[in-house]
Amino acid sequence: MAGLATGAAALAAPRVLAQAPPHVAVVGGGFAGASAARALKRQGADIRVTLVEPKARYTACPFSNAVLAGLRDLDAQYFGYDGMKRDGIDVVAASATAIDAEARRLRLDDGSGLAFDRLILAPGIDLMLDAIPGYGASGAEVMPHAWQAGEQTALLRRQLEAMDDGGLVVIAAPANPFRCPPGPYERASLVAHYLKAHKPRSKLLILDAKDSFSKQRLFEEAWEQLYPGLIEWVSLSFGGRVTEVDAATKTLTTEFGSHQAAVANVIPPQRAGAIAAAAGVADRTGWCPIDSVTFESRLRPGIHVIGDAAIAGAMPKSAFSANAQAKACAAAVATLLAGGQPAAPKLINTCYSLAAPDYGISIAGVYEPREGLLAEVAGAGGVSPLDASADVRASEAAYAEAWFDTITGEVFG
Amino acid sequence: MATTRHRRLMRGGLALLAALWAASPHAAQRAPLPAPAGATACSGCHAPAGNGPVPGLAGRPAAEIADAMAAFRNGERPATVMDRIAKGFSDEEARAIAEWIAAGP
Ligand SMILES: Cc1cc2nc3c(=O)[nH]c(=O)nc-3n(C[C@H](O)[C@H](O)[C@H](O)COP(=O)(O)OP(=O)(O)OC[C@H]3O[C@@H](n4cnc5c(N)ncnc54)[C@H](O)[C@@H]3O)c2cc1C
Repeated sequence: MAGLATGAAALAAPRVLAQAPPHVAVVGGGFAGASAARALKRQGADIRVTLVEPKARYTACPFSNAVLAGLRDLDAQYFGYDGMKRDGIDVVAASATAIDAEARRLRLDDGSGLAFDRLILAPGIDLMLDAIPGYGASGAEVMPHAWQAGEQTALLRRQLEAMDDGGLVVIAAPANPFRCPPGPYERASLVAHYLKAHKPRSKLLILDAKDSFSKQRLFEEAWEQLYPGLIEWVSLSFGGRVTEVDAATKTLTTEFGSHQAAVANVIPPQRAGAIAAAAGVADRTGWCPIDSVTFESRLRPGIHVIGDAAIAGAMPKSAFSANAQAKACAAAVATLLAGGQPAAPKLINTCYSLAAPDYGISIAGVYEPREGLLAEVAGAGGVSPLDASADVRASEAAYAEAWFDTITGEVFG
Repeated sequence: MATTRHRRLMRGGLALLAALWAASPHAAQRAPLPAPAGATACSGCHAPAGNGPVPGLAGRPAAEIADAMAAFRNGERPATVMDRIAKGFSDEEARAIAEWIAAGP
């Protein structure tokens, strides 16, 4: 806990006297927080950076759907924090339990405290397990969400492997906003890929709490081509919203009836990680309103929120967005600490999905602050073309894999 | 290598920055401040030396990067995503990004 000792010392001795560099605390070592910590250290200004993250290793969600389909090892999703330490970042293995924005101090779950000049909060999401009656923490052990990768991913994979041919797999998808908008549909595709090869009499049902979804026409085109008759999507208007589950019998109830699953993947509604509400930076929606130039909380100055936890306007909750926001936020924080005025950023998102191992599709967008929100730059972005050749789909699948390798290298390598 | 980099920075009118940058103990791994709007997002896909099918940008002259962005934008150069991304940047913005990348490590 060396970081805590220096943090306490920095509080006791005013910075002006000690000539110490400013201190930025980053809470959460996922794609957002780890990118921000690194970017702060690498952009040249003399800033002391502490990364607060309880887990010794990070489990990445992108490509975890390929793990479910048996196309990839869960080990390929693990990343450590040694790269951060090599960069001179103080990595503190603890959870933040409270943040006092006014006193610029945060408390950790071991009871100690940490002083900061600015704080970057990147806690990701909290899954609202109790929002679906009958689900809860015990329901998630039977009908895994696998929406935070790790043991849940392994559990859902084991269930799919153990299922008899002819079983019904149900994916319950949440309403917007949620982490990774194309994620449930990529998951349906790759699970279908597995079923087609190993359990061809099985069916996959998507019960959806919304009437449309990301890259919808592209996914539907791919399902028609690759898995005809295997995947059925039930929209909100046709009774797709799951209102209750019974874990004991793996039954999912909707307004229109009920479905008994052999394997059920329930993806519950989400909100910003719990520390956001504790710090007072989440609003009634459960997410964090931010300034679109600096990512500083609109509710608590001195705290910047990035990644899935933030309300980033038109930007989707993705690892690519989290990384792009982190780098823009780090630049703004460095400028603010130097007494400057941060310039308006431009951000990019590119999200790939696999409909099959050699069939990639993408959505891209360019974003800039407009009327206080991150808005899409008109005329840019959009999705892959419909009716594209197999070569185009294969090259996008290869780009997807290169992207994962590059971004995890930049963030954790 | 370092002198070429400095010359490029000066050409971009960033002489002061170059001096600061050279003075930094870890100059090798740091890009000059401040990055123009959009510039830091590129490395999400483009590793400095490239990765598989995605080309690296390190060491490329600014003009080459700016020309590529223009060709992606007006459809002269076929692409899967760069056409969609390039349309989000004006010529000036793309040139500023290209100069920043070319000046980097
Ligand atoms: C199935 C699936 C597929 C996906 N595929 C893609 C994809 O292909 N491309 C893409 O761009 N995105 C994808 N995503 C989305 C991506 O995973 C998220 O958008 C991304 O992880 C968000 O990063 P984050 O840092 O905000 O949150 P996280 O990655 O969740 O990181 C948050 C971190 O904060 C830590 N933390 C939480 N609370 C505290 C606290 N109180 N104190 C200290 N630390 C704390 C957590 O331990 C965690 O390590 C996918 C997601 C899923 C579920």
